[in-house]
Amino acid sequence: MSAEAILSLRGVSKAFGGLKVIDDVSFDIPKGERFGLIGPNGAGKTTVFNLISGVYPIDAGQVVLEGNDISTLPSRKRIRNGLSRSFQNIRLMPHLSVAENVMLGQHSQALGLLDLMTPVGWLPRQRFRREADAALARAGLDIDPGEVVSNLPYGIRKKIEVVRALMSKPRVLMLDEPAAGLNPRETADLAAFLKTVSDQGVTLLVVEHDMSFVKNLCERVVVLNFGSKIFEGTLAGAQADPAVREAYLGTRRVA
Amino acid sequence: MSGYWAGILAILSINVIFAYSIYVTAAAGQLNLGGAGFQAIGAYGTAYATTTLGLPLWAGFAIAITLTAFVSFLIAFPVLRTRGVYMVLATYAFAQVVSGIALYTPALGGAMGKVVTEYVPVWPLIFSAIGVTFLVFYLMASRFGLAMRALHDDELVSTIMGVNARAVQVACFTIGGAIAGLSGALYAHHFAFVEAQYFSPLLSIFVLLFVLIGGTQTAWGPLIGSVFFTLVPEFLRLGGSSWRYVIFGAVIVAMMILRPEGIVTRTLVAKLSPSRWFAKKPVAQEASLER
Repeated sequence: MSAEAILSLRGVSKAFGGLKVIDDVSFDIPKGERFGLIGPNGAGKTTVFNLISGVYPIDAGQVVLEGNDISTLPSRKRIRNGLSRSFQNIRLMPHLSVAENVMLGQHSQALGLLDLMTPVGWLPRQRFRREADAALARAGLDIDPGEVVSNLPYGIRKKIEVVRALMSKPRVLMLDEPAAGLNPRETADLAAFLKTVSDQGVTLLVVEHDMSFVKNLCERVVVLNFGSKIFEGTLAGAQADPAVREAYLGTRRVA
Repeated sequence: MSGYWAGILAILSINVIFAYSIYVTAAAGQLNLGGAGFQAIGAYGTAYATTTLGLPLWAGFAIAITLTAFVSFLIAFPVLRTRGVYMVLATYAFAQVVSGIALYTPALGGAMGKVVTEYVPVWPLIFSAIGVTFLVFYLMASRFGLAMRALHDDELVSTIMGVNARAVQVACFTIGGAIAGLSGALYAHHFAFVEAQYFSPLLSIFVLLFVLIGGTQTAWGPLIGSVFFTLVPEFLRLGGSSWRYVIFGAVIVAMMILRPEGIVTRTLVAKLSPSRWFAKKPVAQEASLER
């Protein structure tokens, strides 16, 4: 199992001050799988994302990507190793246009001084710009790439974030609540789009509260509660599991 | 060209170049209130090289630009450890150190100032301003400029996207330093005189205002800002009263209230850009109705 794992957490722990927010969490994500990370509010799902992407250093354990320990790799280098992510609250650059935001996602693909000095803003037919436009089209986003993103509606911006995360050609794509705030049609479109991404061999790790979205998309889930893993398996299994039910609904005695 | 207009154009050209030197760091999210210090290094660098050492004019410029860029590069490391208002204060303190050194070093003329023998007329100043403007527009259109603007908006996400924040910021300080050095050298050779008192905190404040009032989101900002700040006091002079700086101050406050993101914003440029008149209309409207 762990031989084909693309991303593994091994005994990862993290404390903020005296508060242990992630406690000895381990799981393996097999290559190509659509993997869900769920749990009640405050369970530590976003913190796990931040630890995997290197926003914070981990206190103990290892984050292993394709067999390499990346626990101490600076966050800006992790994207070059095929790890890309989106954010729970939209974190697009508000003063940049759609195309510029998407081209920022290609930054790790830009090699050397020549790429850095290419005036992408002046060359609408340049390779980077064409790739960005094509990616927007593939995602079904029929919008003016020159539009400043702060002027766009929420659902569109949410999808642009996913496109931006895809521009680095990741092997593992981590999405933090990609369906939050979307209407049912947008949610269904997103799930269909993510399946096409998955079909191209990209491993997905998704944090999500919308269980029908998780059911539709994810093959396996890990359930976190108070920073600990309480379940790993299928979503149906999780829904039947007493510990998971207790985490979400409380104990029978209290009710 | 009358002497009056030549004088205005000369100071405008120097101000445009100077404003771009501060803009290059501001566009990446770093506020520099030490502009006068960097400009002074360029001005004194070439003054010493040409007048005291007798080097040719081109060497004076080369020394001014390289020296200021090098000092900016070195000062970037401690300054980038600070953030927000502390960075403003750190750069301000740096400028005070530079002007203090100039004031107390006899070889640099001390409080008497230093006469600069080589004269540069107004045309090279204008061409330099055009050249620097073009250079900064190019820089902002490049992928490097994209990384700068991304850092300005969100440093954490830029880093996750693979941007080496520290390297970009140090590079911005260095490029800004080179441009400030050029503006100082042009100043020294055009006015043929440098004195420490000229490179005062007020100069640093003014150049930062050029940039902030003009707008940091696009390369148009410093250009419009320095034109505004150089020409408006001159037009107010037509009224002929000593109230012109009071009126000018009121105009600045009004600008900050009416256009808090600067005179020129990204959205304004997009609206005025000719290419956008023919662009396909976004279907965003349909989507926004759904929500």
